Amino acid sequence: MDFSHTEERQMLADMVGRFVRDQYDIDTRHANAKLEQGYSPEHWEQLAELGVIGALFGEDVGGFGGAGFDIAVVFEELGRGLVVEPFLATLLGGTALAATQSHADQLEAAMAGGGQLALAHGEPASRYTLSHVDTKAEKTADGFRLNGNKAVVISGGSAETLVVSARTSGEASASDGISLFLVPAATKGVHVRSYGTVDGYQAAEIALNDVDVSSDALIGAEGQGLAAIEQANAAGILAVSAEALGAIEVALDMTLEYLKTRKQFGVPIGKFQALQHRMADMMIEREQIRSALINAAGHLNGAAAERDWHMSALKNLIGRSGRKIAEESIQMHGGIAMTWEYAVGHFAKRIIMIDHLFGDEDHHLQQIVTA
Amino acid sequence: MDLNYTTEEQAFQQEVRSFFEDKLPNDLSRKVKENKRLTKQDMETWHAILNDAGYLNAHWPEAFGGKGWNAIQRDMFDVEGNAAGAPRVVPFGINMLAPVLMAFGSEEQQEYHLPRILDGTNWWCQGYSEPGSGSDLASLKMSAVRDGDEYVLNGQKTWTTLGQHANWIFCLVRTSKEGKPQEGISFMLVDMNTPGVEVRPIILLEGTHEVNEVWFTDVRVPAANLVGEENKGWTYAKYLLVHERSGIAGVGDAMAGIEHLKHIAKDQKMNGKPLAEDARFAARLAEIEIDLAAMRTTNMRIMQAAAAGAPPGPEVSMLKIKGTVLRQTINDLTRRALGPYAMPFVSEALDLGYNDEPIGPDYANPVATDYFNHRKTSIYGGSNEIQRNIISKMMMGL
Repeated sequence: MDFSHTEERQMLADMVGRFVRDQYDIDTRHANAKLEQGYSPEHWEQLAELGVIGALFGEDVGGFGGAGFDIAVVFEELGRGLVVEPFLATLLGGTALAATQSHADQLEAAMAGGGQLALAHGEPASRYTLSHVDTKAEKTADGFRLNGNKAVVISGGSAETLVVSARTSGEASASDGISLFLVPAATKGVHVRSYGTVDGYQAAEIALNDVDVSSDALIGAEGQGLAAIEQANAAGILAVSAEALGAIEVALDMTLEYLKTRKQFGVPIGKFQALQHRMADMMIEREQIRSALINAAGHLNGAAAERDWHMSALKNLIGRSGRKIAEESIQMHGGIAMTWEYAVGHFAKRIIMIDHLFGDEDHHLQQIVTA
Repeated sequence: MDLNYTTEEQAFQQEVRSFFEDKLPNDLSRKVKENKRLTKQDMETWHAILNDAGYLNAHWPEAFGGKGWNAIQRDMFDVEGNAAGAPRVVPFGINMLAPVLMAFGSEEQQEYHLPRILDGTNWWCQGYSEPGSGSDLASLKMSAVRDGDEYVLNGQKTWTTLGQHANWIFCLVRTSKEGKPQEGISFMLVDMNTPGVEVRPIILLEGTHEVNEVWFTDVRVPAANLVGEENKGWTYAKYLLVHERSGIAGVGDAMAGIEHLKHIAKDQKMNGKPLAEDARFAARLAEIEIDLAAMRTTNMRIMQAAAAGAPPGPEVSMLKIKGTVLRQTINDLTRRALGPYAMPFVSEALDLGYNDEPIGPDYANPVATDYFNHRKTSIYGGSNEIQRNIISKMMMGL
């Protein structure tokens, strides 16, 4: 057991950290979010060239990372900059492809920064239940015909290729019978309604109306797609939790700096014990979150039961303690944190909205209970 | 980063498991698991067994006869020991005084005291708090006045844990009233058989005799019993507070507590079904398990960083707060798991040899007293509020 990073991984973290620090201030971030795709293609290309996308995937599929700790260090640094480029969507779609060992060319293109992927899995009625799939895939003469609706697909609007889950058999929440399909977003019958999220990212509602795909579009074995979805979901939990930790670090740094400089009653407000003790509690929770992140990262590619326990533990803690830190960061700043111009609110928004990705605090507490 | 145990670590785990299986007496582990009272003899027996096996001081540096155990090994020993029902080692000599002597004591003091800590000749207790000096420890008043080759001690210490069993006490005493209060404190070793030392019991709210007052009236102590330099005692005391606190998070104890709680929750019925299946109870338990899994890693990370040379400071305060609150939450949930049977209390049933029919379930009797007893943990060793002050000052510069 060892809690220090290898030199390579530390270099990866430093590289992404340097990019964020030098090239991605909060104004750049806001500007990127306002671009047509919801991110900057130039920055995306630059990060792809640096190998940051490839670091998210294993060597067996053409990447040069893919361990839980690779994903964790990359996303923690991305979280420090609230980076809007489509890393998460690429991780989700790519992990589903990697888990099924199919369409290697698509994944390689995505790692190079082209052919952006998105995972179109969640549905209007599925909430956080991974096996809940209403979308149907009926067999046709030379492939499948898809019908259904996909909800809040991360970066769905900018994706060139969608990884779509659909039921080839079984009832709406059966574990068996879910299949995955690779669907170009431009396919006839795919209707994408893209929108911004409250924290500055992009998502889409995607309607599939008689979408015909060839049998090549099937990813992995028919009806056996859930395991790949679960692996992608676990990677997603790890990624957004690491991102939340990065955002938490920034929010805490800003709050601490503010406590030292803001004066009221003739002294820096950090002199008040009522604020000091709350700040101390947040420092403890931050360490707890980092520990849970390490535990989860170490189990990402392990046995499913342990993987899921640690992912749920992590995500519950992010929901529970992350919210506390986000809310307290605003409260301890006071009015200034309520403004758009002051950055801490944007970090708080991301931390809070991450609770709505891949299952919130309550959902994951329940997962632990039933584990 | 690698969460897998190495082959060596796995072998070590097997070694300590076998040790607890072979060497931990059944009556002792039964007492611990059933939350019965441990006698002085019980504690001495376990101390001697650990010493024979070389485990008592395994965390000491090799230069002082220890094995220099790392964070992972300590964690394993803690977790395995608690799972097996091993008694807690009385920490005052082995974990608290010994590191101070190694760092600041004279060679004579090291040579005289360290072996006597190990072989159990001397049972140490801690003389820090005074009636007027709790959280504001540096305001302590007990005086030590130099008189030839001796110091003359006058004053009172309090909250002296297991002082009724001890024959030596290490004290913070005032040797100067000049300058800041911290600058006039010295660290003194006192043989409790010296005339003028008197131990008086304090009975805790749940009825146990665990702590004491220790009174000093014209107690003459050889000047050679001063540790380090006069008026530098505060530095040594702070060193003690952060140095040897790997056990402060109480990971193994909390894990054993959760196992005990799960056992109770399976047995207790609510609306005809095991309490363990109640959604609200299960959620509360799950939250504790999540926090504990994270704390175990936090503990090992901090200890590993400390071993790599970063001296633990305010990080220890984090562990103290999180560990005590978590343990108290487990105690609280265990108490509530019992329902009405948390109420009956038969004091004699806490002693081994009590054979009457238990009132209610056989695990019920000590639960509420244990809950009340554990309220001390967020108060002692620097209250959790003081720990937050330390974090604010040392870690955040507030």
